[in-house]
Amino acid sequence: MRWGVIVFPGSCDEQDVYDCLKTNLRQKVDFLWHKDRLAGKLDCIVLPGGFSYGDYLRCGAMARFSPIMQGVVEFAQKGGLVLGICNGFQILCEAGLLPGALTRNASLQFICRRVFLRLEETDTPFTCAGKKGQLLKLPIKHGEGCYYADPTTLERLHKNRQILVRYVDAKGRTAPAANPNGSLDHIAGVCNEGRNVFGLMPHPEDAGEKILGGEDGLKIFSSVIEACDKRGKRAWLD
Amino acid sequence: MRVKIFVYLKDGVLDPQGKAVERSLHALGYKEVQDVRMGKYLEIELDAPSRQAAEERIREMCDKLLANPVIEDYRFEIE
Repeated sequence: MRWGVIVFPGSCDEQDVYDCLKTNLRQKVDFLWHKDRLAGKLDCIVLPGGFSYGDYLRCGAMARFSPIMQGVVEFAQKGGLVLGICNGFQILCEAGLLPGALTRNASLQFICRRVFLRLEETDTPFTCAGKKGQLLKLPIKHGEGCYYADPTTLERLHKNRQILVRYVDAKGRTAPAANPNGSLDHIAGVCNEGRNVFGLMPHPEDAGEKILGGEDGLKIFSSVIEACDKRGKRAWLD
Repeated sequence: MRVKIFVYLKDGVLDPQGKAVERSLHALGYKEVQDVRMGKYLEIELDAPSRQAAEERIREMCDKLLANPVIEDYRFEIE
């Protein structure tokens, strides 16, 4: 399978995603410049972390209008896999590919530390290699990660099981102290109704080898690899 | 034509910046302050054949880019 990692002006984590995929998982990866039109046969597009367009106006507000995004939207509408990490998650919400919005951390502080996530659903191409209830330890590094959605949207997220990962403590329980940014319902990541677009605030690419403090991030990427291997069967829905 | 646009958070959306400003005002002795919400102010200079045409375009700009409808509302004044 083939991965594409988009580079916006101000992206800074594209190299970490590239290295994790290429070195740790021996994947075919390309960088995609934001001004180029999307081309070629891609299986999964990653929108990486960073500060695209300086986070000016709102995080991701202007990146969503970069030339490449039209292709990303069409790709997603056809069922292509799109993964947004941190700023990437913000861009996907601004683009309407994911519901809700990311706002300023409730504490107003930029938080840079490892958190525990609980895998809530495993019938998606991003989580199918994991087990329901499994804990993943991933780093977060953000100032605007507080997830918000209105009550109607939240109800829909519950009904459709679109909340894929939540912030929890070391024992796997949600709690105010375990929620680093005040996110609604402790939400760390959601997918769309079609389950082919996923956004999360924590960084799986920074937990891809032991020397970085853990390998739990590989679970997300290897789920995609596994799902693409079985693409004909859309295995994650079985 | 000059347009003044105010973009502000919807009711129910947490505003930690507003809360921080409220605390600072209290610390400065302005204890009568009960609530602070922070928004954005933009000034746009544009050409338009009429006020109505300008209104339509500004509304589009706000809906598309200047405000995020999930968390923000807006209003504007045309001079």
